[in-house]
Amino acid sequence: MKPIRSMVLVSNDPLSIEHGAGDVFQALQAEIRRLGLAEDIRVGTIADVGDWEETPLVIIYPEAVVYSPVTAEDVPILVEEHLLHGHIVKSLLGKMHEPVGEIAWLRTRLGTLPVQQRVVLSRAGVIDPESLDDYLLHDGYSALGKALTSMTPAQVIAEIEKSDLQGRGGAGFPTGRKWAFVRSAQGQPKYVICNADESEPGTFKDRLILEGDPFSVIEAMTIAAYAVGAQDGFIYIRGEYRLAYRRLENAIQQATQRGLLGDHIFGKDFNFHIHLHAGAGAYICGEETALIESIEGKRGQPRPRPPYPPTYGLWGKPTLVNNVETLANIPPIIRNGAEWFHQFGTQRSRGTKVYTILGNVNFTGVIEVPLGITLREVIEIYGKGIKRGAQLKLVQTGGSSGSIVPASLQDTPMDFESWRKAGVSLGSGALLICDEHTCVVDLAKVILQFFRFESCAKCAPCRVGTQRLYQLMSEISQGRGAPEYLDEILVLGRDMELLSNCGLGQTASVAVRDILKYFRDEVEEHIYQRVCRAGVCQIPGSPPAEFSMSQQPAAQAD
Amino acid sequence: MSLEVSENQLDAIIRAAIEKHGDQRDALIPILGEINQALGYIPGEALGKIRRCINTPEEGLFLADSHLYSIASFYHMYSLKPVGRHIVRYCESAPCHVVGGRQVIQRLHDFLGLAPGETSADGRWTLFQTSCLGICSVGPVIVVDDDIYGHVTPQRVSFILAKYR
Ligand SMILES: Cc1cc2nc3c(=O)[nH]c(=O)nc-3n(C[C@H](O)[C@H](O)[C@H](O)COP(=O)(O)O)c2cc1C
Ligand code: FES
Repeated sequence: MKPIRSMVLVSNDPLSIEHGAGDVFQALQAEIRRLGLAEDIRVGTIADVGDWEETPLVIIYPEAVVYSPVTAEDVPILVEEHLLHGHIVKSLLGKMHEPVGEIAWLRTRLGTLPVQQRVVLSRAGVIDPESLDDYLLHDGYSALGKALTSMTPAQVIAEIEKSDLQGRGGAGFPTGRKWAFVRSAQGQPKYVICNADESEPGTFKDRLILEGDPFSVIEAMTIAAYAVGAQDGFIYIRGEYRLAYRRLENAIQQATQRGLLGDHIFGKDFNFHIHLHAGAGAYICGEETALIESIEGKRGQPRPRPPYPPTYGLWGKPTLVNNVETLANIPPIIRNGAEWFHQFGTQRSRGTKVYTILGNVNFTGVIEVPLGITLREVIEIYGKGIKRGAQLKLVQTGGSSGSIVPASLQDTPMDFESWRKAGVSLGSGALLICDEHTCVVDLAKVILQFFRFESCAKCAPCRVGTQRLYQLMSEISQGRGAPEYLDEILVLGRDMELLSNCGLGQTASVAVRDILKYFRDEVEEHIYQRVCRAGVCQIPGSPPAEFSMSQQPAAQAD
Repeated sequence: MSLEVSENQLDAIIRAAIEKHGDQRDALIPILGEINQALGYIPGEALGKIRRCINTPEEGLFLADSHLYSIASFYHMYSLKPVGRHIVRYCESAPCHVVGGRQVIQRLHDFLGLAPGETSADGRWTLFQTSCLGICSVGPVIVVDDDIYGHVTPQRVSFILAKYR
């Protein structure tokens, strides 16, 4: 292959496509061909560009110049000036609203951006996710090669155990230990499942990995299969992730063609096949046993546990279930060794974590940083501060089932240990940052609405409890709450935590409980004074000026 | 997406889906997905037809229509009622909500005059609420058919919908 002089990448995340990225792509190809540059310049697409309001983007390497927003009409000037004459077209340059990936890294070196440490997203936004060749050029499959040619399955597991990698699907379970369980479990065949059902509100890290670097997940699953002794693997991907689905489909096909998947991988006596299974819209299917039920063609309702999937999983066989981000950590660990992995993160929580930053900050999007940085750092450095200079009120961490952290706790380091101590779950890595204009009652109501809608209805504590919690919060938000509601919420929440069959019901009340812990006065105002200080809740006839203990429901209902 | 489905059309879709996904129990969800994709919803008759194609008692698989119904009604992406020509879904999870989703939803309800799950009398729109769609960094988010719209404001709602006839 002749070396290329430049690589031109066009963003094709959903928003870019809406804004005509397809036309830009075609115009670029046509123009480059017209000027006879097709031999020297490659045009590709990228998915993960962070979050730019003005899309589509055109990024030109090796200079890493970012143009945005680009229309098909801009293309002739762009190609002629930049690619033919080598001048940067200032008028089309993107605003400093930084992307991620290699571009961000290059900018960092220019001193304009704080460093992110990228392990699992190191290729996203840099390579063409639809090209196995590109993946191979960027260290792809070197980890599988190393594992298959120079390591025994036991050594692979030992390496993962030594790395102290913890699951990124929410619970933080040590990955190496889980692999060892599956390996030593009785029963054949064994299965490897990649949990790509990501539906936790505010979480889309797995989507970015799958869209930006699908081969890494395939490679990781193959390593896992070798380690635990499985021949078949499943990727359970949420139904709405169409682009990621297509990318995976393509990746599986290309890998199979090259003998990196299928029978006799790397010419060895090792076979592994991956099947794609699209979900159909049910948050609960992210729970591993519900996911397994769903693959089997049933309602996605969690099983009673124990037995856990490592001993009794898909079709009753030993099954390894790992999250996408967990898996994406595997190839770099095998390639570079466990010691290398220890340089990231803290003593007790190794590695990096992909967070999604959302809500009322100036920059929303995805970052990958070492475990152990604080919320304040995330907000100030990566989120570029709160929008319009407002005050931070609270952060919800880890999606709907996550904790509410008040502004006063924003200096606690975010790692599995410290947060566990503070009673906070790191969860899925979603950080929903809310400013002073957020009403906690309204927020609680939205969160509970989610659980009420998504409860699988198998067990009564969750099915009834989520409805009742929502009802109580809804009454309070309309100024019809009674003081004893708060006690009922706490008691009910505790009961659900103790009695529900799975994590959904067990954590549905976490956010409300935290809100009552840190913001009780504000909730009480809705009940006693019938006012919403943030001005969000519509309370009929409010505000009565003075404190009133009246518990009479408002005259008009709804 | 037409509201009337002929018997033959349905049979053909089911046959193709079974060919593609197999006739074992684990093919059920993909098969239902194909029907929903093709017609916009899953007609009641489809359930019995699928059951007859995959029920093999000799392999120990006894499924009743009610099993199929319980599966089809469980997953939010499936509809058991005919839908309009265009499906509008809005995300109502917290991350979209706190950045202006509340106002967008209000506007959508007013503009379409529909509650979630309803179809307009002229068969043009069906409105659904969904949980987070994983695109919250550009929230609030709405999805019309397969097109995703981010940074939606109440003002943009009517412009977006005007594109769909
Ligand atoms: C209600 C609920 C939803 C879940 N959703 C997901 C999910 O979307 N993705 C995921 O990877 N894990 C999810 N989990 C966690 C899985 O059950 C499981 O712990 C995880 O896939 C294990 O992978 P890990 O060890 O790599 O973290 C969920 C758990 C519960 C209780
Ligand atoms: S919260 Fe709306 S897309 Fe995630």
